[in-house]
Amino acid sequence: MHAPWLSLSIWIPILAGLAAMATGGDRNAPVARAIALLGAVAGFLVTIPLYTGFDASTSAMQFVESAPWIPRFNVNYHLGVDGISVLFVLLNSFVTVLVVVAGWEVIRSRVSQYMAAFLIMSGLLNGVFSALDGALFYVFFESTLIPMYLVIGVWGGPNRVYAALKFFLFTLLGSLLLLVGFLYLYGKSGGSFAILDWHGVPLAREAQVALFLAFFAAFSVKVPMWPVHTWLPDAHVEAPTGGSAVLAAIMLKLGAYGFVRFSLPILPDASHVLSGFMIALSLVAVAYIGLVALVQEDMKKLIAYSSISHMGFVTLGFFIFNAYGVEGALVQMISHGFVSAALFLCVGVMYDRMHSRMISDYGGVVNTMPKFAAFMMLFAMANCGLPATSGFVGEFLVIMGAMKFNFWIAFIAATTLVFGAAYTLWMYKRVIFGPVANDHVAALEDINGREFAVLGLLAIAVLGMGLYPAPLTEVMHVSVENLLKHVAAGKL
Amino acid sequence: MSEYVLPPLLVAYPEIWLLAMACVVLVVDLYLPEALRRTVVYWLSLGTVGGCAVLTVIAVQATGGQPAHTFNDMFVADLMSHTLKFLSYVAVAACFVYSRRYLADRDMLRGEYFVLALFALLGMRVMISASHLLTLYLGLELMSLCLYSMVALNRDSGVATEAAMKYFVLGALASGVLLYGMSMLYGATGTLYLEEMAQLIAAGAANKVVLVFGLVFVVAGLAFKLGVVPFHMWIPDVYDGAPNAMTLLIGTAPKLAAFAMAMRLLVNGLAELAVDWQQMLLLMAVASMALGNFAAIAQSNIKRMLAYSTISHMGFMLLGLLAGVVGGNLLSAPNAWSAAMFYSIVYVLMSLGAFGMVLALSRSGFEADQIADYRGLNQRAPWLAFLMLLLMFSLAGIPPTVGFYAKLAVLDAAIKADQLWLAVFAVMMSLIGAFYYLRVVKVMYFDEPAAGVAPVEAGLDLRVVLSANGLAVLALGIVPGPLMALCLAAIQGVYPLGR
Repeated sequence: MHAPWLSLSIWIPILAGLAAMATGGDRNAPVARAIALLGAVAGFLVTIPLYTGFDASTSAMQFVESAPWIPRFNVNYHLGVDGISVLFVLLNSFVTVLVVVAGWEVIRSRVSQYMAAFLIMSGLLNGVFSALDGALFYVFFESTLIPMYLVIGVWGGPNRVYAALKFFLFTLLGSLLLLVGFLYLYGKSGGSFAILDWHGVPLAREAQVALFLAFFAAFSVKVPMWPVHTWLPDAHVEAPTGGSAVLAAIMLKLGAYGFVRFSLPILPDASHVLSGFMIALSLVAVAYIGLVALVQEDMKKLIAYSSISHMGFVTLGFFIFNAYGVEGALVQMISHGFVSAALFLCVGVMYDRMHSRMISDYGGVVNTMPKFAAFMMLFAMANCGLPATSGFVGEFLVIMGAMKFNFWIAFIAATTLVFGAAYTLWMYKRVIFGPVANDHVAALEDINGREFAVLGLLAIAVLGMGLYPAPLTEVMHVSVENLLKHVAAGKL
Repeated sequence: MSEYVLPPLLVAYPEIWLLAMACVVLVVDLYLPEALRRTVVYWLSLGTVGGCAVLTVIAVQATGGQPAHTFNDMFVADLMSHTLKFLSYVAVAACFVYSRRYLADRDMLRGEYFVLALFALLGMRVMISASHLLTLYLGLELMSLCLYSMVALNRDSGVATEAAMKYFVLGALASGVLLYGMSMLYGATGTLYLEEMAQLIAAGAANKVVLVFGLVFVVAGLAFKLGVVPFHMWIPDVYDGAPNAMTLLIGTAPKLAAFAMAMRLLVNGLAELAVDWQQMLLLMAVASMALGNFAAIAQSNIKRMLAYSTISHMGFMLLGLLAGVVGGNLLSAPNAWSAAMFYSIVYVLMSLGAFGMVLALSRSGFEADQIADYRGLNQRAPWLAFLMLLLMFSLAGIPPTVGFYAKLAVLDAAIKADQLWLAVFAVMMSLIGAFYYLRVVKVMYFDEPAAGVAPVEAGLDLRVVLSANGLAVLALGIVPGPLMALCLAAIQGVYPLGR
């Protein structure tokens, strides 16, 4: 018998968030911050046993908790993780700590609500990754919209109202179709919401394709895949730094996670039928969006497009149906979680000083902020997929998987190495190098201890994953093999 | 000459108590000095409703939730009626608390308000417990007449008088239509007892053409009371024109009574014609969801917005009612109907809170009925803004609030009834609905408050009840199981599986 680590990782942040919210106005902001940090750190600590106690030799769900929740619909409070999901719970709890620290002095108005929103969101996101019941998953999945909507809308930039609404409605459109799909499966499976039961439900090809499209509506918007990605640049640009970091690092992963947890195992035949479609969309994201990123003038927008392009790699990895591809995609998801969060936090560091995200307002930052420039260099390299950084491992594995599948697909996918390097390094060059561009840049101060700590932790993660990825791939290996076996067998 | 036997009145004690107390309130109000009147009448009315709740609990314990008849079988008390009645007490009591200050500020906190509200409550409960067409009609008219006059309680307001006039004329018309339909049913079956009518129809002893002809009128009258398209015209005007306190009362508990009326007429009486009324409900549900949601987008007045949202929610509720009929039989009906009942209860809870918020922000000389009046509420009154946030997300059907489960239950019923496209249509409409609820959240959280806005004056009693109401929306969202189970048991009491 184990302690309910998963429940703790969900409810500690949520309760801490509520406690932070209860501190009320900005007079008590220090208390709210302290509670938030305490909650975030405690929330991270309780996820560590999930990794240390994880048995990588089985694909079964671990740390399972189950209790009846809504008997009328046979819905259970059923939690558990396997090699695919466990890492995301850790990633999410880790990023939450960083986001709380990163917003420490930067957020000055309605601090308690800001901290509460992020902590509650963190708990809900852990719930999404560990839910083994379809209804429970959906509740967590859709609940996360509420705090993110508020984060973008309250603490965001000038066009925040538009961005927040677009984010909410785009995602809601998809997830409502997902709900109809879930209810259909609930009926088909004879009244069960258990995801593992759904894996075994026999479904005809037409039904599978219809369900696949319903799931696709929800998950592709979340990933986001081309052409339903248009909400993302808006949301990223307007969101506060912390919001962008969580959005890129965790929320985008919900969509990709949905594909591995639902679409592939529940609808294996439809996945095969539509794999060409999925691969095509992924390649468009990788190549075309990479080019779009090249011409951006706003740093946040550039990173947003780069996220779409990198997530294209993830969906590509899933739909070439081999172990390299799927594992590479999962590693890429984790890596992108760290790298995109780091890059958004870097932009945040500069934005806090200059109040501009335009590349043209910068130049020669290295002269005044050398420590910062070094960190950003590392993250920029990781974004290009340089060997020895985490970005390399995932992309390399996916390209290898694609090569086994089809040379030309691998070829197009590999162009990302070129485009990615081009837009990232060109941005880096224009912002960091060169002569000091203006008086504002000349007056910049280098990062303080708090910022150093945040970026330092991320740098360790990025390098560690790049140099020695085995601990990650070992955890997921058996689960991925099992998934692929299931997908290959099909249901027809 | 046969001896008169007193019927077993225990199950009707709550109604008898309410009738007696309403008369007491009326008399007490006349003889009390001005200074005491308001307070005494207020507490007396609340006590009356509380007493009803106690008597209902006693009645449930005495009958064990089994159906019990009295008054020559014209009055039935079963688990559904107990449940709906209990919730109608909660709703009316909350209305009293929310409205007190508002009415006092406008010199409307008089005995008339309470007496009319109590009689309206009595009317609803007679409807809820009706097992005879006459009882049903009497209850309906008692409720409606009280509500008409309450809308016009503020005699000097032109808008309110106009709203009352519209409500009365259209309501009377609808009652007439309903009555005409009932007379057809009587003509075809020769009985006014709903159970007996059902048996006669099942035995094939009635002329189908006459029955269906009557059914059309009955459904039309019902649709008016529910406020679904195409009988929805009165809703926006009455909601908007009536004083906020009356809108609160009209928009909440009567929906429970209207649901009960639908169950009694369509299920208890006319279940055999389910295939026929299913088609009518289908059209009305689709039209209501579409019109309600689209029209609500264009509103800048929150009462009108909520009025259109009511129309769309009632359309959603009808979806549950009509999904009981699968391929011409009613085997899985209790599931679907209990979803509709759950939806009605949840809707009443949500609209109670939403209109309560309008009252909380109103003050003397200020109605808080424009959406713009909510600007920056998060900075002026964070707790109230948070409650409104919960209510709006619940109305939009976003988890973890209870509105989501209401939607889930109804959609599940629709999908089980092979109405997959209807379910897809419904979720698309609720996406459109999300837009205008989100706009209210946007106004409260993202906008800055207008300069020089007076602070919120809501009293402590209102804040406490409103908090309980808002948190109930969240708490029921986290633990929806028991209420769902209760609804299922209640519906099975009305319509046992496999009858």
